[in-house]
Amino acid sequence: MNDIHQLTGAYALDAVDDIERARFEQHLAECEDCRTEVASLREAAGLLSETTLATPPPALRDSVLAGISQVRPLPPVVERTPVVQRRWFPFLVAAAVVAILGVGAAFWQPWTASQDGSLTAAERVLNAPDAHSVAVDLGKTGKATVTLSESVGKAVITTEDMAPAPEGKVFELWLQSPEGDMVPAGLMPPGEDNQMVLEGDAASATAVGLTVEPEGGSDEPTLPPVALFDFSQAT
Amino acid sequence: MDHIRAVPDGAPSPGAPSGAAPADTTAGELATLLQRSSRGDEGAFAQVYDATSSRAYGLALRVVRNPAHAEEVVQEAYLDAWRSSTRYDPARGSALGWLLTIVHRKAVDRVRSAEAATQRDATYHRETQPVDHDQTAEAAHASLEAQRVRGAVSTLTAVQREAVELAFFGGYTHTEVATMLDVPVGTAKTRIRDGLIRLRDAMGVGS
Repeated sequence: MNDIHQLTGAYALDAVDDIERARFEQHLAECEDCRTEVASLREAAGLLSETTLATPPPALRDSVLAGISQVRPLPPVVERTPVVQRRWFPFLVAAAVVAILGVGAAFWQPWTASQDGSLTAAERVLNAPDAHSVAVDLGKTGKATVTLSESVGKAVITTEDMAPAPEGKVFELWLQSPEGDMVPAGLMPPGEDNQMVLEGDAASATAVGLTVEPEGGSDEPTLPPVALFDFSQAT
Repeated sequence: MDHIRAVPDGAPSPGAPSGAAPADTTAGELATLLQRSSRGDEGAFAQVYDATSSRAYGLALRVVRNPAHAEEVVQEAYLDAWRSSTRYDPARGSALGWLLTIVHRKAVDRVRSAEAATQRDATYHRETQPVDHDQTAEAAHASLEAQRVRGAVSTLTAVQREAVELAFFGGYTHTEVATMLDVPVGTAKTRIRDGLIRLRDAMGVGS
């Protein structure tokens, strides 16, 4: 798998299995050249349909139009002020080097079509065309993935096999502003497998931090982060 | 007979009946119609359907082969397109390309999930695959665009064309294509990519 760029063609034709697709989408998140190439190859592949034209039965038109009359189009993606500044919060930079045990996936989801017209806030983020994810393996503590969509303006954290916070402590989430400030974004509810939409506007967040705080949470991080999800490197 | 595999030298099918599609909706008009659809304009979406349905259905039918399944795929794809029409970004590509990407993915998912139960053998399909070309030949459409595409396809080498067709129309993964063609995985992957690049450049597809 040295030359992952070679997969653009197969990916553009959906000629990949689910694992390859996920892996290649991680690569796409980091490779502008491949994104551009995939777009152009998809465009070219679509032209092949000129050679297989077939008139559908008239009843299909009625079914399609009847179907769409019963659901509304998804809400538009709201324009946000683009992030111009991406600066590390110095405290977290130092701490993250120690804290992060392994950094994994960054997904890029082109044209994700949703299955449901009435989506929860979490689903809207996860299904957003510009959603990208950063996963952090916390070893024995579990695994956490943060997905952020600038267009939706929200971030979602999904945990798997998450160990409970120490006695009298809670996990608190933070959004890092472009200025480097850490803004409280809510407390993680207890439970191993959780999904939670972070409070606050995540559109311009450059990173998401996860810290252990005294019960009730803090106004600013008091302890080194358990994990830092750095989005300045995810796209 | 309008299947590109059947015309290896790129010859168009003269005298073929014209499909029902109003092929003269321009790319820009289609993008505008899709934009109006995203605001809930069902009439605009009906025009999108009319301008694109013979391509969408023909592609779905070519991939899934069963007309009833193709109809389901197309219906699901248009429903998805309607729902996510707000997410279409003209800067990323044409509205038709966007729509056909949705159709193709659904068609491929359909054939693969249908097969999960039957566990087909790739070699078996390699032998039987070329049989039913005429299944989708209902609306052979000798438009200028189709001729241009056939001309572009004819610039591919025979092995590139074979790999691209197995992947795109057959719905096989590149690994399956490699097995079917008895070539290393990397070779199939490269043939698919090089073939598409050649097609893209011959068609003058931008970006």
